[in-house]
Amino acid sequence: MVINPDNYGLRLFVRYLVLCLIALIFIFPLVFMINSSFKPDSQLLADTSSLRAFLPVGDISLDNYFGAFQRAPVGLFVFNSVLVTGMTVVLSLLICSLAAFSFTFLRWKGRDVMLSIVIATLIIPFEIIAIPLLLLVSKLPWIGLNGLELGWLNTYRVQIIPWIADGLTIFLFVQYFKGLPGELIEASRVEGASWWQVYYRVVMPLSGPVLATAAILKFLVMYNQYLWPLIVVQQENHRPVMVGLGYFFQLNVAWGEVMAYLTLITVPVLIFYLFLQRAFIASIASTGVKG
Amino acid sequence: MASKLTLSNRTGWTFALPGFALIVIFVVLPFFFAIGLSLTNQRLLSPNPTQFVGVENYRQLLGLAVVTLEPERDDAGEVVRNEAGEIQYPRLRKITRSNDYPQYRGMREWFRWQSGENVTVVIASDVVFMKALVNTFLFVLVVAPVQAGLALVLSLLINQKLRGINVFRTIYFMPVVVSIVVVSLLWRFIYDGQNGLLNSILHGLTFGLFQPVDWLGNPSTALPAIMAMSIWQAVGFHMVIWLAGLQTISPTLYEAAAIEGASKWQTFRYVTWPGLRNTAVLVLIVITMQGFALFAQIDVMTNGGPRDSTQTLVFQAVERGYGKQDISGGSTISVILFVIVLTISLIQRWLTRER
Repeated sequence: MVINPDNYGLRLFVRYLVLCLIALIFIFPLVFMINSSFKPDSQLLADTSSLRAFLPVGDISLDNYFGAFQRAPVGLFVFNSVLVTGMTVVLSLLICSLAAFSFTFLRWKGRDVMLSIVIATLIIPFEIIAIPLLLLVSKLPWIGLNGLELGWLNTYRVQIIPWIADGLTIFLFVQYFKGLPGELIEASRVEGASWWQVYYRVVMPLSGPVLATAAILKFLVMYNQYLWPLIVVQQENHRPVMVGLGYFFQLNVAWGEVMAYLTLITVPVLIFYLFLQRAFIASIASTGVKG
Repeated sequence: MASKLTLSNRTGWTFALPGFALIVIFVVLPFFFAIGLSLTNQRLLSPNPTQFVGVENYRQLLGLAVVTLEPERDDAGEVVRNEAGEIQYPRLRKITRSNDYPQYRGMREWFRWQSGENVTVVIASDVVFMKALVNTFLFVLVVAPVQAGLALVLSLLINQKLRGINVFRTIYFMPVVVSIVVVSLLWRFIYDGQNGLLNSILHGLTFGLFQPVDWLGNPSTALPAIMAMSIWQAVGFHMVIWLAGLQTISPTLYEAAAIEGASKWQTFRYVTWPGLRNTAVLVLIVITMQGFALFAQIDVMTNGGPRDSTQTLVFQAVERGYGKQDISGGSTISVILFVIVLTISLIQRWLTRER
């Protein structure tokens, strides 16, 4: 086939063809996952040798979903993940934005040193501190309903509290706050507003974009959490969804149920993403400013 | 701005303290713990008191030596050969278990090569760690340029002004929001040796010529398979960062290039690429850091196998620190990892500095 470079229509067609082929590469495992979740095991495995793997054909049913709920406490895992993710996102937005507010608008002794320490932590990947942190949380005290106890293992707090504050989130807030008009804050102070009121009534209402960015980034990290809960939560009653997956690999593996579980924990996130895709992509893009 | 309106020590501290304290307790403190623990024999639960052991843990991990084995000779001084005609060498354990060579005690063979009649053997105190170190470097060396390059190509494709281009952007980015654990499990199906999707696709495309490969079960294909999957999963992330960089380049520069009659390649080389310098540094540093943190894929797909061909530093750190409750051993690997990541980030920054 000879492609005439002057043929605008053909060039456009080729462009779209390339874009579509690439799209197929990115989408086929997910299509396979969703379709397989409706098929019985024997058919699921047989279908992988043909294009039927990507089509909802044959013996389609919801049996795998019922099976998954019977095999593992799926509802509990989802509840745990939602609780841990939700709590961390909310607390992180509050505490990181307060700190960034103080770093940006207030002047106080030690501020610059503190901010430098916070920024310096950006070069420490979590994987490096995971093991010493495991030792630390296994010894930390906690005052709860039963009085003083030692050790945070197998709790919700061990999955939430270490993840509330992080250098990147504070940094994103600081960057955003620097772009807000300083006169607005000065003016509110002149009118007698307390710093808390400035934060709460002036700055926060203007911070929609950065709040969305920080919330989305934290959500992705928390919901997809694997290494940390794997090592600090051994009991099922506090396990999140990704670690709960281990349940499906004890004894005989029923692949249809695995696919149903994967679909259950992934599709809500995908739908959420499709609705908010602009905000998701903007949030990743904004981490690029730090270059 | 040092007016009374902005000067406030007490409020400043109160607002910043919760966030700062959490970072100190859960990031800074464990970081220094890692350094301290790596000099001890700390275990997660142990009846014995913790002792300071100096650099013993580092010696245990990094100990390397090269020994040369001469062929066995019979009484007449002839080289001894077995029935297949292969030269016979003394067993390595004669050296590593001998009292004559206390410095080689406990070391094991990593790899060997023939040089003339003799054979040179590289022995290491911890062969698995050495393999993990090499695999991790290989992973980063392949994934960083390939992923950054593909992401740049995708971002250029997505930056075109075409109807519906956002749909493609949304799809390319989709794997990023899916958990790496889910992705790894799905790719186990794709890579399966018997009825894996990849084998089926290759079988179909070559009209049956392609022989099925057990991608994750074969030591020579397991790590490349994990590299390919990791690139697939995160390339959309870096595409978006490149895209953000592309959009900071002023359109007037492109107009000027068009007026000068620059070709597409020239426009890229002299307008686009210089404008992406900062983005390039960021993309490379982020991929490098993500690459050195390789863990979930290994844990879900191969557990370090087959024959240690997919061992990585973080996987080893977790296997020791958590699996074997050897906190000091895991911390030592973490510290080594940090030194590597820091060094590479600094080198990358220096290489791509403004000149």
